[in-house]
Amino acid sequence: MQYALGPILYFWPKADVEAFYQAALSSSADILYVGETVCSKRRELRTRDWLALAKTLAASGKQVVLSTMALLEAPSEVTTLKSYCDNGEILIEANDMGAIQFLRENNKPFVAGPAINCYNHYGLKTLLDMGMQRWVMPVELSRDWLVNMLNKTEELGVRQRFEVEVFAYGYLPLAYSARCFTARSENRPKDDCQLCCIHYPNGRLTRSQEGQALFTLNGIQTQSGQCYNLINDLCSMQGLVDIVRLSPLGLETLDWLEQFRGNEQGQHPQQVAKSCNGYWHAIAGMHRTSSSAS
Amino acid sequence: MELLCPAGSMPALKRAVEQGADAVYLGLKDDTNARHFAGLNFTDDKVGQAADFLHQHQRKLHIAINTFAHPDGWERWRYAVDMAVKNGADVLIVADLAVLSYISQHYPDVELHLSVQASATNTAAITFYQQQFNVRRVVLPRVLSIHQVKQLARQCSVELEVFAFGSLCIMAEGRCYLSSYMTGESPNTAGACSPAAHVRWQETSQGLESRLNGVLIDRYGKQEKAGYPTLCKGRFDVDGQTYHALEEPTSLNTLDLLPELVNCGIKAVKIEGRQRSPAYVQQVTSVWRQAIDCCLLDPQQYQVAAAWQQQLQGLSEGSQTSLGAYHRKWQ
Repeated sequence: MQYALGPILYFWPKADVEAFYQAALSSSADILYVGETVCSKRRELRTRDWLALAKTLAASGKQVVLSTMALLEAPSEVTTLKSYCDNGEILIEANDMGAIQFLRENNKPFVAGPAINCYNHYGLKTLLDMGMQRWVMPVELSRDWLVNMLNKTEELGVRQRFEVEVFAYGYLPLAYSARCFTARSENRPKDDCQLCCIHYPNGRLTRSQEGQALFTLNGIQTQSGQCYNLINDLCSMQGLVDIVRLSPLGLETLDWLEQFRGNEQGQHPQQVAKSCNGYWHAIAGMHRTSSSAS
Repeated sequence: MELLCPAGSMPALKRAVEQGADAVYLGLKDDTNARHFAGLNFTDDKVGQAADFLHQHQRKLHIAINTFAHPDGWERWRYAVDMAVKNGADVLIVADLAVLSYISQHYPDVELHLSVQASATNTAAITFYQQQFNVRRVVLPRVLSIHQVKQLARQCSVELEVFAFGSLCIMAEGRCYLSSYMTGESPNTAGACSPAAHVRWQETSQGLESRLNGVLIDRYGKQEKAGYPTLCKGRFDVDGQTYHALEEPTSLNTLDLLPELVNCGIKAVKIEGRQRSPAYVQQVTSVWRQAIDCCLLDPQQYQVAAAWQQQLQGLSEGSQTSLGAYHRKWQ
């Protein structure tokens, strides 16, 4: 099993991003995803900075993938997307069909990211024929769904043509909107957001009026209120999942990575009371169940 | 410009036709469409009847098969397509790559529209669906500003359709899993958002509470009007402030934008609300027919009549309407 650090979903100062990836280089992560996937106004690192960072990291021998935006609206965002897809060197994670269009035109392989809606084997086959080499399962899908899907890809004779990656740690990206909810939480319009999401390095927690953690506001993205954590479900991924993704929350995510590795066979289960794992078990995502599927 | 109206039943479909809809869209009685609600939608026989009725009146039938096929349930989606074509659908509204691919291979002559659930918001994504599956029209997600809609209309050769009135979905459609996070069922996987089976109402000493799968969505004071607990429209707490953190209960209403939509060449305006009553369909269709006719007659002189606004407001969530993302300030 390989381990990947997903793209940083929050808006961090450039120095923090660099420090994180510096530390990541000495971690046991096999794959590093870099790039801005949420909001084009976040420009602590510009297009050329992300590309330069990706190339520097790639020199270390780890696999580096450039993740691209999920919700593209302005023509300028499409232009930026195209320049990433044209880079010719670094593998791209597509999070919108627009990226797949550019990569297909360039005959380049790609990773289908978690924001690509691919829910069945025929969809996978379509993407494979366009150059997909790795599929990151949509976060709302379960182990049962994955098993069904992979069985069907066996029947289609394409199971060996792609890797499977599962989002296994971090706040789940659940929705994208035209509205910036972080700006709204500070009573600002989006056009005058003053990049206030930089003050919330792990997003802004939204609770019910009874204090239950519901959502995490991250700009135009809405995430789960509970941290998703499949560390005690790794056994049930054997033979199904090639790559386990941890979504960076800070340097401590690198410690979690080592704990994940340490519990791959269930030898060191962790206390995860305040997190959720419902989606993997085919129940409401916010729930946690201890029963481990296998 | 085509007026495309919703129908969850035959009576609603007939009202839409009577009031001047150019086309009607509907779904089948299963999870192959994004309004999979009890007591709603069309059986195979009813689809045939709907097609006959619409064709007698020279109107078109659009059928939404716009959820994502389950790997162990593909036959349902394939059957839905075969049955819809056999029973006389003029247009299929589709989001899933697998369903799109199946139609373009087996029914290349059937008119294909890209559902809003496919979240195509930019030229590159639109080109993708146009080239791969020969989609004739794209239904734009409700996340674009009017400026962005105009830009797309200038740059794309495909027909564009926009949402004109109805429930305001504030997330990019097809990319919102909030409902499955809370209930296990989402528009993509189950054809439902905030499903009714999970809703509970309770009178308490603190007020009337609405819950979704046990989660408190809102609590209403004596003077307040309670609304359906759609999970993105509740009042939540962010660092001690309680407010509509995502969105207020409100409906989309774009009557004001009609001349701009006509001028930039939008091919169709869609009314949301297959889950609503025949009376709703009747009133909304009537207002929009009048508005479109006025606007096409003379866009310069077009003015939104107070009576239209009043009528639509009465049919709106929380009796409020909004331009939503079309208006930059909303964002």
